[in-house]
Amino acid sequence: MAEATSSGAHGTGETTRRDFIFIAAGAAGAVGAAATIWPFVDQMNPAADTRAMSTTEVSLAAIAVGQQIKAIWQGKPVFVRHRTPAEIAQAQRDDYAQLKDPQLDEDRTKQSNGSAGKAEWLILQANCTHLGCVPLPPDNPGFRGHFGGWFCPCHGSDYDTSGRIRQGPAPKNLYVAPYLYLNDTSIRIG
Amino acid sequence: MSGPSTYEPKSGFTRWLDRRLPILRLSHDSFVAFPTPRNINYWWTFGAMLSLCLVVQIVSGIVLAMHYQPNIHDAFASVQRIQRDVPYGWLIQGIHAVGASMFFLAAYVHMFRGLYYGSYKAPREVLWILGCLIYALMIATGFLGYTLPWGQMSFWGATVITNILGAIPFVGESIQVWIRGGGAIDQPTLNRFFSLHYLLPFVIAGVVVLHVWALHEVGQNNPTGVEPKTKDDTVPFTPYATIKDLFATSLFMLLFAVFVFFMPRALGDPANFIPANPVQTPNEIFPEWYLLPFYAILRAFDFNIGPIDSRTAGVLAMFASIGVLFILPWLDTSRVRSMRYRPAAKQFFFIFVVVAILLGWCGHQNPGTTLAKGGQFSATLNWVTGGQSATSQIVAPSAPEFQATSDAAEAQARAQGAAMTSVTREGSVRATLIAVTGGTRQTHTFTADNADDLEAQITAAKAHIGGSAPFVQVIRNTPFLFTVTRFAQLLTFYYFLFFLVILPILGLRETPNRVPDTIAKPVLGETQGAS
Amino acid sequence: MLRGIAIAAVASAALFAGVALAANEAEPPEAYPFSFNGPLGSYDMAAVQRGFQVYSQVCSTCHSMEHLAYRNLGEPGGPFAEYRVRNHETGEMEARVGLPAGEHGEYVDVVNNPYVRAIAAGFQVPDIDEATGEATQRPARISDHFRKPFANEFAARAANNGALPPDLSVITSAREGGAAYVRSLLLGYTGEQRGMQYVNNHFAGRLISMPPPLAADGLVTYSDGTPSTREQMATDVASYLQWAADPHMEERKAMGVQVLAFLLVLSGLLYLAYKAVWRGQSH
Repeated sequence: MAEATSSGAHGTGETTRRDFIFIAAGAAGAVGAAATIWPFVDQMNPAADTRAMSTTEVSLAAIAVGQQIKAIWQGKPVFVRHRTPAEIAQAQRDDYAQLKDPQLDEDRTKQSNGSAGKAEWLILQANCTHLGCVPLPPDNPGFRGHFGGWFCPCHGSDYDTSGRIRQGPAPKNLYVAPYLYLNDTSIRIG
Repeated sequence: MSGPSTYEPKSGFTRWLDRRLPILRLSHDSFVAFPTPRNINYWWTFGAMLSLCLVVQIVSGIVLAMHYQPNIHDAFASVQRIQRDVPYGWLIQGIHAVGASMFFLAAYVHMFRGLYYGSYKAPREVLWILGCLIYALMIATGFLGYTLPWGQMSFWGATVITNILGAIPFVGESIQVWIRGGGAIDQPTLNRFFSLHYLLPFVIAGVVVLHVWALHEVGQNNPTGVEPKTKDDTVPFTPYATIKDLFATSLFMLLFAVFVFFMPRALGDPANFIPANPVQTPNEIFPEWYLLPFYAILRAFDFNIGPIDSRTAGVLAMFASIGVLFILPWLDTSRVRSMRYRPAAKQFFFIFVVVAILLGWCGHQNPGTTLAKGGQFSATLNWVTGGQSATSQIVAPSAPEFQATSDAAEAQARAQGAAMTSVTREGSVRATLIAVTGGTRQTHTFTADNADDLEAQITAAKAHIGGSAPFVQVIRNTPFLFTVTRFAQLLTFYYFLFFLVILPILGLRETPNRVPDTIAKPVLGETQGAS
Repeated sequence: MLRGIAIAAVASAALFAGVALAANEAEPPEAYPFSFNGPLGSYDMAAVQRGFQVYSQVCSTCHSMEHLAYRNLGEPGGPFAEYRVRNHETGEMEARVGLPAGEHGEYVDVVNNPYVRAIAAGFQVPDIDEATGEATQRPARISDHFRKPFANEFAARAANNGALPPDLSVITSAREGGAAYVRSLLLGYTGEQRGMQYVNNHFAGRLISMPPPLAADGLVTYSDGTPSTREQMATDVASYLQWAADPHMEERKAMGVQVLAFLLVLSGLLYLAYKAVWRGQSH
């Protein structure tokens, strides 16, 4: 039988050549398989239509002092809060309090291009930085906060009037949404 | 067949695992040590391609289901969104759509191979039947999937196929409404078709496991059809069959890629890019190419067979054309397995392949198209110029007696010297008889290439004769027309003849060539002779 | 077996080569050497840009393209996609709209593309006024789908003597002959009219409800100065519609070349491996 003699009859050069072919074919196959996997992974990333839904325009004209609305930006809620002078004062008083995630109130009203915003308008991403529930404002039934800002009903994270985390499991302040003033009474988020 | 296991765990872990879950032993015995006839050729590599196709369809299908919306208002748009906006959606959708065709292509080669080399004969009957079952499930899955894009072909294909189910005697109509979830193809239909289209591939995968299990029980057939007798007849599956399968599968992927990247829409129908419209059937509707032969069989029955109407007959024939595959192991009576040694059967087999392909061709033609005709269309016009015409009424005593009464009246008129007579029926028992006496009898004959031309000539001639004759008698002669339907009838006849008559009788009457005693003998003999 | 298949193919081709066409069946589309034809063809972006102009100014008064959004115009491979291209003389990076085939540039995300934003803002799309709940119109954003000429099918039919102008998003895929068919159709009017229908030799049945859309030269004024003859406009709009139906074609073909090259190498290696494994084995 040819099979029995094949390993003995061929020299080492032949063996090397064979090994090279096997390794090359195996490597090419592995590369091909790896490259094939990528499209099947990437397809779960946001599609072009989702990515293009990147801006939301909000009119501020109808929001009275002390009120907030929830705008929808990229499918998630954004707090647009018209703060009272008392809330602003409290937020600035707390600038140097014991903060888990220290940040000045002034920095939290800045626009996305870095220029100063307006102290009475706070534009925050409305998801608790703990596990994503939407915290309640003080005028909401069930509000159990101690800092006059927001209180998350899920796990008790307590935010102040600047949306900074003061107590509870959340690690970070409520994120400031990127926004720009289009004019005095309207902003574009995103 | 496989004999005792030769698996020897090498490491401590594999020894530990082998005593608890001998999965490595199973894999080793099935895909490494499994003895493979050394003479199997490239026609045996299509099983590997089919496995690849199943995996590709399931993986790409799961991905598409993440983006597809089974809703009649959104389905078409969601497919467009997949092609335009989802990252690599155009690629994955293309792979899935082309993949269906590639799957069927490989399946057909695999089946023809089994047919030629007698892979359905004892002891492989169950293996063959499981394969037929997979094929039937593939057809169902392909049909369900074709509905999902909710284009015109999707909609009307679903309508037609569910109407086919409606033709099943007695229970058809209930089944049809049950499948559709209503009187028509609509939201409930799309929703359940999506669910079933997701389910069936996993059923296929389950039957594939049984198919492979049965294969490993009885062993692979081979081009000689002779069972391996000694170790000389076989080689281990890995690396020998594995590397051959890999190489052939790589070539298959080349073809696959040519379609996906350079002609992704060549195998589809443009009409499926028109959103489904329940009040407008497209001018031409066809199934996908892989179902065309059965479509041709369905349409070939344009005549009633006794109490069975043409629709039911076509539907039954179509189901029978697939059903006959299931009983093939008992239809072929030959004791020789491979057609390599059956010179007559081989010829009939090649004719069968041609017939199957031609049936597919017929399925894509207009059934009324004339392929050949037995002569010219012709018409003879008779009329009388001059003379006198007399009009009289015929009244028969009852409708069944009309013909006799009318014939008698005409005969009487002729007996009285009329050159020509004409009867125009005006009711069940009344008619007007015109008889012309005297004058000159005229006649003229036309020929034409087709019926439309002939009618045009007749109309022109009648206008020309005009009022000079009281009436014109037209005798039309239509030649024998060999239409696509007639052709499909012939092909359908051969299709069933092959399975139901040729294979059973030929097996008993044909004298096969000498079959080698062992696989190794002709193989080794040829090689030694050549070198 | 192969032999059998070959015989079948030859037999069927020979037997039925000359099946005649019915009398009022449409003339087949006139072949045209579009830049995107063939396995390696790519879009002529200038033509696609001009075609978009023709669509916007002529076709869009009746035909929707509901599967396209304004952002599509500026996505990679789109006619108004912005690229940063290095000017070889000054060494500066310059903005380029619609990258010509074969050139390389850094793609600018469509969200930051001023051209597409300006195109979108030029169209009014329906919306709901959040203050009143009333229907209103506002300038389109890039994420909006193309403005539809009619609110619904009934309005479309009412305005077009009962005929429904088809959506053009995938029209070149939905018609046998594709872009060449669209081009031939636009140029296929004979000038005759039967009632409310027009004779067009490239339309099935030869009678079409659509009045000649490109009836005269100069219907649009191209911003790039190309003379807008009827043929030019038909060719451009066919190119644009082909792009609209198959926006990933260039990416697809480019990837296809790589995949085929890879598979050829892989097949070669596997063949050698196959030979090496079976070496010395009779079979």
